[in-house]
Amino acid sequence: MTPILQVRGVTKRFGGLTANNDISFDVAEGEILSVIGPNGAGKSTLFKLIASFLKTTSGEVLYKGTRISNLAPHRVARMGVVRTFQETTIFRSMTVRENIVVAHHLRSRASLLGFFLGTLQARKDEAEFGASADEIIGFLGLDAIRDEMASNLPQGHLRALGMAIGLATDPKVLLLDEPFAGMNHDETMRMVALVRRLRDERGITVLLVEHDMPAVMKISDRIVVINFGQKIAEGTPAEIQSNEKVIEAYLGSEDAAIGM
Amino acid sequence: MNTQKLLGIGAFVIAVYVAVPLAIALSGRWDFYYTLTSVALLSVASAGVWLTFYIGRINIGQGAYALAGGYVSAILVTTAGVSFWLTLPLAGVFCAALSVLIGLPILRLRGVYFAMVTLVLTEVARLTALALPVTNGAKGITSIPLPGEVSILGLTLIPDFATLGNPKLAFYFMAVTLMVICYACLWRIVNSRLGHLCRSLQQNEELAASIGVNTAYLRVLAYSISSFFGGIAGAMFVAISQSIYPSSFQVADSVNFMLNCFLGGLGYVFGPMLGTLLLYFGWDLLFTTGRYQLLIYSSLMIALMLVLPNGLLSLFDRKGGRK
Repeated sequence: MTPILQVRGVTKRFGGLTANNDISFDVAEGEILSVIGPNGAGKSTLFKLIASFLKTTSGEVLYKGTRISNLAPHRVARMGVVRTFQETTIFRSMTVRENIVVAHHLRSRASLLGFFLGTLQARKDEAEFGASADEIIGFLGLDAIRDEMASNLPQGHLRALGMAIGLATDPKVLLLDEPFAGMNHDETMRMVALVRRLRDERGITVLLVEHDMPAVMKISDRIVVINFGQKIAEGTPAEIQSNEKVIEAYLGSEDAAIGM
Repeated sequence: MNTQKLLGIGAFVIAVYVAVPLAIALSGRWDFYYTLTSVALLSVASAGVWLTFYIGRINIGQGAYALAGGYVSAILVTTAGVSFWLTLPLAGVFCAALSVLIGLPILRLRGVYFAMVTLVLTEVARLTALALPVTNGAKGITSIPLPGEVSILGLTLIPDFATLGNPKLAFYFMAVTLMVICYACLWRIVNSRLGHLCRSLQQNEELAASIGVNTAYLRVLAYSISSFFGGIAGAMFVAISQSIYPSSFQVADSVNFMLNCFLGGLGYVFGPMLGTLLLYFGWDLLFTTGRYQLLIYSSLMIALMLVLPNGLLSLFDRKGGRK
């Protein structure tokens, strides 16, 4: 079976700085794959390249065999590769439910003019979006805060909302940017369980960038390690934990010891 | 739509079509017709500016489109003999098309940079009107005939304005009708998916792109609708004053369109309408203060923005929600 996502020799230079250098790896369908690396290793840049928020200098990203690098981001999203954000990015002055409903944009079959005129299809779409939003709210356990203004939410809920927005687009591949950042142990464990359910219950392939080593080791099927923009290792959590290069890269860094 | 909203809309329609003409007839202040007609048309242009605010762009260039729309109508009526009623949508379409060409490059800019470019647009429009032969330079276009008759199968829908005993009243009804239609459209836009997407754009363009919104297309679409409003407002102004000059719409007008939106409230569809009414009348009322007029006016504006940053309509909406 062909991998759902293929990263092939992706390189990104900002002026003289090479953020990503010739990175290649495959993501199989239904897999949870983590990209890890010390601070400034180029993880976030790699994510932006995959979701096509940045143009690659060379190399390409393929989704189900089709080239998606350098397309407009909304077209990549339309194909099923959707990115959530590091900075708990949400629509601040909408309620939780409004956030999720508006994120259903990709699924609408009626045109914008159709929505303006209130055609049958548009009304059907709206009803569908509402139902689907409620389903996602239930799935993520956000019922208690559904009508809360997003700007009033605490961080843990914001992260869940970010994920809900991602889910609303009906993604095939979800890119999670540091889903555990700033969370305590309990919150992290809950999020780990949630990410697993995304894959198990919804069949979504998950690609995540993360610092939290214990969580990564727990959640990932495979791990790709990058350092100074280069891929230095790839393998199962067990393989990564005993990889010399990885240990070397992390030695002395503040990112805690690997292998908890 | 609930009954309260229907009642509100009903009351508004009765007020503008029945109560206002009645009050004017009783008080004998016929000059109010001209004032209110102006307010109605200015509020249409402001509605356009409001829509660009809704996608998160500060638009200080609506005067350019009002001027362009006015000239398109004036030129078509005087040189090609086209009926005014046909030039009205044409002026809007011309401005919408023009705004697509202008918007494609400049809508990439955000915040103060976009605002600065739009500010210059009005001046560019004025200088263009001065320079082009077809606009007749500084002399402008004058003695434009009043709007003619519209009839379908011999049935007169709109009478020839030149034959009317009281064209002021006719102009008032015409402007108010235009205003009602424009605000109904705006309300519908804001409350349909298009409006939701505009809000997503206003709050976070990157996230909007990642949920699959074609942000560039949506920005241009909203801006062209905005300019369409500016164009038809300008065209109708010209029909009423029967003349247009390069100075008919200036930078100050563009700034006022923006202020109308601020004053009424950027979160409320009917904000620009209220803002226009109050600004226009407020300015007139302060006329009695003579040379202090501008000073008092500006101080009041500053005070209002400090006290009510979300506009006057936020007074009735303590929860900070939207319409």
